[in-house]
Amino acid sequence: MFNLEFYSEPKPKLEGVIIMNAIIEIFPQLARGLHVTITVLLASAILAYLMAFIAGLCRLSGNIIIRKFTGFYVEVFRGTSLIVQLFWLYYAIPMLFGIQLGSNWWTGVIAIGLNYGAYLSEVVRGSILSVAQGQSEAATALNMSRFQRMRLVIFPQAVRMMLPEFGNYTIQMLKGTSLVSLIGMTDILYYGDILRSSNLSQAPIVYLLVLVFYFILALPLIWLTRKGEHISKKGVANG
Amino acid sequence: MTEPIVRFQDVHKSFGDFDVLKGINLDIKPAEKVAVIGPSGSGKTTIIRMLMTLEEPSSGDIIVDGKNLWKMKKKEKMVKANEKHLREVRGDIGMVFQHFNLFPHMTILENCMTAPIHVKKENKEEVRDRSVKMLERVGLGDKLDSYPNQLSGGQKQRVAMARALVMRPKIMLFDEVTSALDPELVGEVLEVIRDLAKHEDMAMVLVTHEMDFALDIADKVLFLDEGVIAEQGTASEVIEHSENERLQGFLRRFRG
Amino acid sequence: MNNNWSWETFMDALPFVLQGLWITVSLTITCYLFALLLGFVWTFLRKVPNKFFNWVVTWVMEFIRSTPPLVQLFFLFYAWPMIPGIGVTLSPFTSAVLGLGIHFSTYIGEIYRSGIESIDKGQWEASKALNFSTIDKWRKIILPQAIPPTIPMLGNYFIIMFKEVPLASTITVAGIMLMANSYGAQNWSYLEPLTIVGIIFLVLSYPSAVLIKKLEVKMNARFDKNAAIK
Ligand SMILES: Nc1ncnc2c1ncn2[C@@H]1O[C@H](COP(=O)(O)OP(=O)(O)OP(=O)(O)O)[C@@H](O)[C@H]1O
Ligand SMILES: [Mg+2]
Repeated sequence: MFNLEFYSEPKPKLEGVIIMNAIIEIFPQLARGLHVTITVLLASAILAYLMAFIAGLCRLSGNIIIRKFTGFYVEVFRGTSLIVQLFWLYYAIPMLFGIQLGSNWWTGVIAIGLNYGAYLSEVVRGSILSVAQGQSEAATALNMSRFQRMRLVIFPQAVRMMLPEFGNYTIQMLKGTSLVSLIGMTDILYYGDILRSSNLSQAPIVYLLVLVFYFILALPLIWLTRKGEHISKKGVANG
Repeated sequence: MTEPIVRFQDVHKSFGDFDVLKGINLDIKPAEKVAVIGPSGSGKTTIIRMLMTLEEPSSGDIIVDGKNLWKMKKKEKMVKANEKHLREVRGDIGMVFQHFNLFPHMTILENCMTAPIHVKKENKEEVRDRSVKMLERVGLGDKLDSYPNQLSGGQKQRVAMARALVMRPKIMLFDEVTSALDPELVGEVLEVIRDLAKHEDMAMVLVTHEMDFALDIADKVLFLDEGVIAEQGTASEVIEHSENERLQGFLRRFRG
Repeated sequence: MNNNWSWETFMDALPFVLQGLWITVSLTITCYLFALLLGFVWTFLRKVPNKFFNWVVTWVMEFIRSTPPLVQLFFLFYAWPMIPGIGVTLSPFTSAVLGLGIHFSTYIGEIYRSGIESIDKGQWEASKALNFSTIDKWRKIILPQAIPPTIPMLGNYFIIMFKEVPLASTITVAGIMLMANSYGAQNWSYLEPLTIVGIIFLVLSYPSAVLIKKLEVKMNARFDKNAAIK
């Protein structure tokens, strides 16, 4: 049903075939951006998880300075948009540190990682706080040290509760990676934009395929998230 | 006379403006079985939570096996105990909670084995043997690999007791361990406690509303009322021969 | 490019960037209202008692939710006009309202659903027993109970959408983000105007978040109290 002008005078019956051909042509083009999208996702997810645990635990620390400082980080990154942070870092990093990071890849990873790290730190904090008081008391009654209580009793239970939210936020991160095309990274969307500008009438099928591409990447994450929900509801690993 | 294993000296406790305990003095001898009774809100739970270091007394001293639980010496002065000191002293104490507080992410066996291995650094195989034996003793030898949420309340509470016992405490605290259970499950838990009382030489402190049971196993009964120990003595002294009117009233409500 | 922070530039950029504030705010509000409305549609579509239809709706929602809103905006803005027959050119503002509205309506729909599902089964049976009409049942029994607990969550989505609105700068909606970028392009210094944008977001979203948190605590207290009465 798409009017693909670059195929001259398509006969109506052949339209399906033409769309198929377009798909076959466009898909490999988009796939060239797969590498960037996936590496940015993986690296920023690792950074985000790391920040989540560091900041989440720091916000529970007894030291008020540590608490306030991490609170500031969390509120700033949650209070402003990812796209603003991305551009801000894009211009600020060279200025503040007098260095070029060498590539925009790092800028994207840092922006996405710090942004979702801030959101996830709240998940970490909330889950730890929501482990029942009685669990910590039982651990104390067994004479565990503060660290052992955390490591053996609180943390394993909190992590189970975190799983669904970690899954959800990882899908958000995948969506967020599309922003790196705006700072010139050659991800899936970047190649989509190139295809569109080279042939405007192709736009519908190009962007539809870009969306499908992202959805295919999201499917395993959706599946993992549901699995995480299942585990967290059960409360035990394989009971 | 033997030295007491637990001694409360003029212990007070208040929550905000509310004075719950107004001077508790109490000696518990090694191997003594003590039942604590009293109306709701009289501070029974608070007493054993302070002994378990879950609640800090407002004033007074709690001495466990000759060591001051909540205070330690630092440059000739007594200061508030730190975590290290608390850990040294409370190693002799175990507790069973009203709501079990089993670790839901561990199997029954792991619930029992974790603390001896990580806290006391004991040999894993030895701990496993001991835990299995203890679980068999409380009648759960066939549930070793189950998770807590697969058990009934009575079974959970028996696991909780086994978990505390494998730590070999010198003092065991029980806080209304049957009151969260369905009536038909109370018996199996009381049986385990009765067995412990008969065969173990540790001190036991039981907060309970199971009056007949308490009388049956206790060497000493404490009646807690209005922030103090209003009456104490052997079961028959306290229950049958006391003149205390509030105690009489309290007992009447329980025994009809 | 200017490589030094300058307060002069900052003060110069401030009024320029602020010109976009009204667009940003009104776009947020319009998107949000649209998403609130569309959310109902999803909720009712999912209530249709047909397994296959349900499955389709669920996956369409999943598709919209798990793909980047940025691409969805591009689709509406650049691609929609190219579709023969149904394609019409949409203004940037309209594209943004449709794109962000549809994207977030899938989340809002889930919130409505959770509200409805949180209602006790007895309430449905009671309204049946009292012989309410379908409309009355929803109007008088179900919705008055389902909506209040979802209010804090819905409030949160207002803030979330507010923070997604600068995406619309990529399809030339002249909010604060686009203003900052064009100031940057004209004066060759981006950092100051972008900092202003960040501050505006912080200043507007942080107090709102605190307010919603308070509301949530209040709601929880109220519903706990109700539960106690029950
Ligand atoms: N953490 C706390 N903060 C404030 N008040 C508390 C706290 N813990 C206990 N109290 C109060 O102290 C009093 C004694 O509580 P405690 O739990 O020791 O009573 P109890 O004798 O065990 O009662 P019950 O038979 O109902 O278990 C109660 O009035 C209770 O409300
Ligand atoms: Mg009590």
